[in-house]
Amino acid sequence: MSHADQAGAHELDRHQTDLAPGEEYGEEDIGKGIRGYLIGLALAVLLTLCSFAIVHTKVVWAPAVPVAILIFAIAQMGVHLVFFLHITTGPDNTNNVMALAFGVLFVVLVVGGSVWIMSNMNANMMPAMPHAAMPNSATPHQPMTQPMQH
Amino acid sequence: MSATASPGSVTAFRGDPNHLGHGRDGRGESRATGRGTGGPSPKRIVVAYGFWIFILSDIVMFASFFASYAVLQGGVSDGPTGPQIFDLTNTALETGLLLLSSFACGMASLALGARRMLYFQVAMAVTFCLGAGFVALEVMEFADLIARGIGPSRSAFLSSFFTLVGCHGLHVTVGLLWLLTMMAQVLTKGFRSDIVRRTLCFALFWHALDIVWVGVFSIVYLMGSIT
Repeated sequence: MSHADQAGAHELDRHQTDLAPGEEYGEEDIGKGIRGYLIGLALAVLLTLCSFAIVHTKVVWAPAVPVAILIFAIAQMGVHLVFFLHITTGPDNTNNVMALAFGVLFVVLVVGGSVWIMSNMNANMMPAMPHAAMPNSATPHQPMTQPMQH
Repeated sequence: MSATASPGSVTAFRGDPNHLGHGRDGRGESRATGRGTGGPSPKRIVVAYGFWIFILSDIVMFASFFASYAVLQGGVSDGPTGPQIFDLTNTALETGLLLLSSFACGMASLALGARRMLYFQVAMAVTFCLGAGFVALEVMEFADLIARGIGPSRSAFLSSFFTLVGCHGLHVTVGLLWLLTMMAQVLTKGFRSDIVRRTLCFALFWHALDIVWVGVFSIVYLMGSIT
């Protein structure tokens, strides 16, 4: 066995202690575990505070606020995945990461596709007509003839 | 491995070019469990993977509710709009409760790993109280809205709002029941390996619900309050 192989084997031993989601402890190192959760909590609280603060203060240019909220949300989801759900790059986690990647793809397709298609249909909807032009309207409330506001 | 590694590493690559763990003579990355000659993964890895698949399917379901909310957000009919009914102080309280609950659940997982019964039960009890506080706040918010005639049947926006947020609240409620079950099972059956795996699945579920709530408070409450 060459030197490089031995180094590789040592690397593998270290990797084998990497943990899948649901695996909260490795080497019975409680202190390390608590530290991980504390870091995660601190980051999550920080990102949450940023999200709420950006709505209340007028620091950010108004049209950019939704984008900032989305970015904070995605960052916080990442923090939760890493520090609470223990998604890692270890061999034990490859399947979990692949499944997560598929899940993210699906979520992006469903949400992004729906918003895209429906906003396109709203934009192409017939313009609002006067109420008198629709004598057959049987609904008690005023029917929604205007495109929905987004 | 770096490019300057000895020829030995080159053979390892040749034997297992894609790091699939099927290298000859047990080389490559095959010593990791679940990879070729590394043998099958421990049951806890397999169980967690299966439950992870369930969680992801749950998240896909939430994604469709998020999509319908995003589409129907503007369909307020004659009802109130988001900024008129959202109370961000309440939302901030709920967020804090659920986040701390997730942290307490992590502490319970650590106590579970260390096989410390008292710490485990205390951490789980704290998790339960914080989670129950979250559900109570949400129920109060919903009851208040419905009492004011702002129920799910008022407009498309309110239908999608109650469906999305209510579905998350329902998940948390079910999680609370599961939490109590795990406390009782660990208490009566001890740290048996199947019970431990089950409890770790609960921890996954609880943390995943917090991830969904991040989406809820960001997209529904915060982005709904700025328009």
